Amino acid sequence: MNGPGPATETPQQADRARTIYEKSVPGRRAAQLPEDGGGPSLDELIPSKLLREEPPGLPEVSEPEIVRHYNRLSRRNYDLDTGLYPLGSCTMKYNPRLNERVAALPGYAGLHPASDDGDVQGALELMYLLEGALAEVCGLPHVSLQPSAGSQGELAGLLLTRAYHDDRGRSPGKVLTPDTAHGTNPASVAMAGYEAVKVATDPNGGVDLDDLKAKLDDDVACLMLTNPNTLGLFDENIAEIASLVHEVDGLLYYDGANLNAIMGLARPGDMGFDIVHVNLHKSFSQPHGGGGPGSGPIAVSEAVEPFLPVPRVVRSGSEEDPVFELDHDRPLSIGRLRGFQGNFGVFVRSYAYILSLGGDGLKEASTRAVLNANYLKRRLADGRAGKYLPIGFDRPCMHEFVLSGAPLKKELGLKTLDLAKRLLDHGFHPPTVYFPQLVDEAVMVEPVETESVETLDAFADAIEEILEEAERDPSIAADAPYTTPVRRLDEVRATREPVLRQPVGSSA
Amino acid sequence: MAEASYPEDLRYHPEHDWARIEGDEAVLGITWYAQDALGEVVFFDPPDVGTEVSKDSPYAEVESVKAVSDVVAPLSGEVTAVNGDLADAPEAINADPYGAGWMVRIRMSDPAEAEALMDAAAYGASLEDGS
Amino acid sequence: MAGYTPLTNGDRQRMLELLGLGSEEELLETIPDGLRLDRPLAMDDGLPEGEVFERLSGLAAANRPPDSEPSFLGAGMYDHYVPAIVDAITSRSEFLTPYTPYQPEVSQGGLQAMFEFQTAMSELTGLPVSNAGLYEGPSAAAAAAYLALGATGRSRVLVSRGLHPHAREVLRTHAAGFGCEVVEVGLEGGLTDLGALEDAIDGETAVVILQSPNFLGSIEDVEALSAKAREAGALVAVSVDPVTLGILKPPGECGADIAFGEGQPLGNRLDFGGPSFAFFCAREEHLRRMPGRIAGETEDADGRRGFVLALQTREQHIRREKATSNICTSQALNALAATIHLSWLGRSGIVELGTLLARRTAAARERISTLPGFELLHDAPVVREFAVRSVEVPVAELRAGGDPSGPRLRVYPLGRDYPEYEDSFLVALTEKRTPADIDWLVSSLEASAERVRGSEGGAGPRAIPEPAILRRAS
Repeated sequence: MNGPGPATETPQQADRARTIYEKSVPGRRAAQLPEDGGGPSLDELIPSKLLREEPPGLPEVSEPEIVRHYNRLSRRNYDLDTGLYPLGSCTMKYNPRLNERVAALPGYAGLHPASDDGDVQGALELMYLLEGALAEVCGLPHVSLQPSAGSQGELAGLLLTRAYHDDRGRSPGKVLTPDTAHGTNPASVAMAGYEAVKVATDPNGGVDLDDLKAKLDDDVACLMLTNPNTLGLFDENIAEIASLVHEVDGLLYYDGANLNAIMGLARPGDMGFDIVHVNLHKSFSQPHGGGGPGSGPIAVSEAVEPFLPVPRVVRSGSEEDPVFELDHDRPLSIGRLRGFQGNFGVFVRSYAYILSLGGDGLKEASTRAVLNANYLKRRLADGRAGKYLPIGFDRPCMHEFVLSGAPLKKELGLKTLDLAKRLLDHGFHPPTVYFPQLVDEAVMVEPVETESVETLDAFADAIEEILEEAERDPSIAADAPYTTPVRRLDEVRATREPVLRQPVGSSA
Repeated sequence: MAEASYPEDLRYHPEHDWARIEGDEAVLGITWYAQDALGEVVFFDPPDVGTEVSKDSPYAEVESVKAVSDVVAPLSGEVTAVNGDLADAPEAINADPYGAGWMVRIRMSDPAEAEALMDAAAYGASLEDGS
Repeated sequence: MAGYTPLTNGDRQRMLELLGLGSEEELLETIPDGLRLDRPLAMDDGLPEGEVFERLSGLAAANRPPDSEPSFLGAGMYDHYVPAIVDAITSRSEFLTPYTPYQPEVSQGGLQAMFEFQTAMSELTGLPVSNAGLYEGPSAAAAAAYLALGATGRSRVLVSRGLHPHAREVLRTHAAGFGCEVVEVGLEGGLTDLGALEDAIDGETAVVILQSPNFLGSIEDVEALSAKAREAGALVAVSVDPVTLGILKPPGECGADIAFGEGQPLGNRLDFGGPSFAFFCAREEHLRRMPGRIAGETEDADGRRGFVLALQTREQHIRREKATSNICTSQALNALAATIHLSWLGRSGIVELGTLLARRTAAARERISTLPGFELLHDAPVVREFAVRSVEVPVAELRAGGDPSGPRLRVYPLGRDYPEYEDSFLVALTEKRTPADIDWLVSSLEASAERVRGSEGGAGPRAIPEPAILRRAS
């Protein structure tokens, strides 16, 4: 363990940040393009008023310099392949390398999305099979893979809700979300033209039924929930919640952020949900890529199916000789959400993951995610963690749990953020912090099934060590981290005086 | 301003806003407690001059790096001036919430509303109860 | 079964003992009885890695091989050569496997790459502010509309019929939620009809959304169109093909407020349509309404230069229902691929690439325009894609090599999206399409037309030319 040692600079700190633009030298280059064989000058082909006068200020660098630059940058990132990433609600599970290999097969990677359906039968069949697998996991009969990410899946679900009500001649104006909901939920609600209304949380961490009943009326289009909820708790009243919402002709929307807790154990469709979005980059092992790409397929009930986005993958032909087509002719559809068919490369990876695990493996993955979470929660209930970071809602959790750093703040004067930063010096990525907002100084931990018990123990030991250190000298954590490529960054300055690009050339 | 302070000459709204009454006009801003809870202010989004504001409703937004907060009007009236200096120096809201950090000046439409606001002692007591 | 789960029976025993439980089942009792799935999922059991690879290789092989003969498909996604260093760098786990950079101290690599990406896109588009990326091109059109509706407080969105049909469909889908009206402005001679734009624009028009080069390949006079929009107090958003911006006047110099576009041509493979990314740039005054992530420069506690996610209060996790967008992703890995590709092309390469495309395209267009049975749909200037009318042969009957039993020629049938151009198709070029490939395309079109003419007139079929791909292979 590295001590605070503010006097010593780590090798990664010594490697000062310089952008590729600052390494640019006029005349250097990397690309060799094919000979264009000469020909007319540009202004003979295109009127000069449409042409650029000065080349864009892209960098002038050689290929070895580019490789070195980005490899050095890569060393300034923490990554899942190097260590634990216990971010609550993010499901940072191992990304199998087989998935990268199959996604790169030329028969997938080189396919043009505007190809004739007859030329892409394998790709359409893969989409059809993935839809079927997701439908089974969600317990709902129909799936569209189109949404690009969970947030677009949410928006799709809300536009489906609107289309569903329109078709029945209704126009309710409100969507209910729990006060623990992720910020994307109300943001999507607003983009779908609805008013977001919060529902309170009860003392057990579930939806407050009295508050729900008070807010349910004819003007409610939909209730958006996760289950297990944001606190990692399974809402035992879900069947009653569903029937209450359905009584006012509202729909029930399932935010699939927490699907990793229940695969093969329980299904949103069986709980009464009408629309589900699934994050393939969470439960189905698509790498997060430092902030995308992801994919957010939606699964829906029969009643919602006519409104699904176009195009849909349909199967015809015989059992032995099926034919797959993209069907654009669906009069009730909400339309398109994005270009072409969706993030197909993500579909290949997630289908590879599903084939690798199978139905039994998915169930095992969820079971072990629940075991790991409960084990780590129990480990952190003892010692100093139990004293300074008590559990917010003390019930058996599903795949994640939320601690409160309120006592840490009150007794040692340290914020949750300080604990998070000090964890970086111990080589761990911190959990999600300050979410859900319902819990004061929240620490939200999701240890996922692909972590070993030794890693969980080491994480719990690190927290204990940090708290023990903080009892002696809280200023160490307050100024952490020390060993990372940079230390705490001035975010106020970045926002008050935004510098959002490197000045180069004419714009310098 | 490192130390909490709640000047005696101001009237206070429970949403942590203050009003300094000057004849039929009032100057509005947010309290020491509000700026402390928000942290370093990085942006102030003012209303236009001429906007009607109404008591208990938001009339502006302040932002820190990680939070956005509505600024609630303690009194009703028409905005006659806004503090243009805050566009370039929103940090004045932290440094001097009752002086250079003032936000808008209004012409009150119902001066009697001020009677419902708290004095410094009552506001201070409300913070004690709440924390 | 590959669960990728390390826990042994011994581990589980030890963990359950600490929890005071006999089995994992007891943990799952928190799910009420009636809701527990009482049967296995109706799916096959897991397969060994080698068998998964075989099965997915088999499905990949069920597609017509992408390189079986030259493809001239474009329509928003283009078959460019992706330099080897793009794959080498983006497959590094330090870029592939991190989450969004919420802990900037250990995410400097990703954040600096975003900052470099923003710089590159700002340079290409001539607009000062770029975000770190959005999902993909067509949905970025909806993001542009959302920004403009908020910025102007108006309720109508005018779109050129030259905007990608998917983008126009996406706008209509979102309009239901945004509560706005979407009005289309037609094309004349392959270009947005300036007179029609003038007629359609009014005081409620928030934004005019254009594309240049437009879907038919024509370079729009964005300056002239922007001027009309600005007169009416509307914003101008232009969808651009980034590969053409080495030679075309950047939208920022043509009066555009917003420039966005599909980023796939920069370092991203086709992948049957995704994942890719969109770029989104704007004038400074729209900074606080920008959707998505933005990286910004700052300093750490010791005065070292560093990067963070800036202006986060715009975003959904803070501003919730008042956020500028619900988007949480920046397609960081795809945007990184573009950043590397642009560094590889560099200041001169991006110009050379644009020039090469313009010359080859002009040559191919000239030859096809003189073929019996084919004519240009319009003669507006183009860079790398153009529209052709097939006067004699239905577009679906155009065959690779002209062989009637052969596969369809890989060109984009415009009738899919434009009933008025049912007899027309798009030809798109990249630097991978060699002069020999263009010879082959010309021969295939010629042979397809002659065959139809021959069967009508009773003459025998013409000798079928050898596909260029076979010549390349031999």
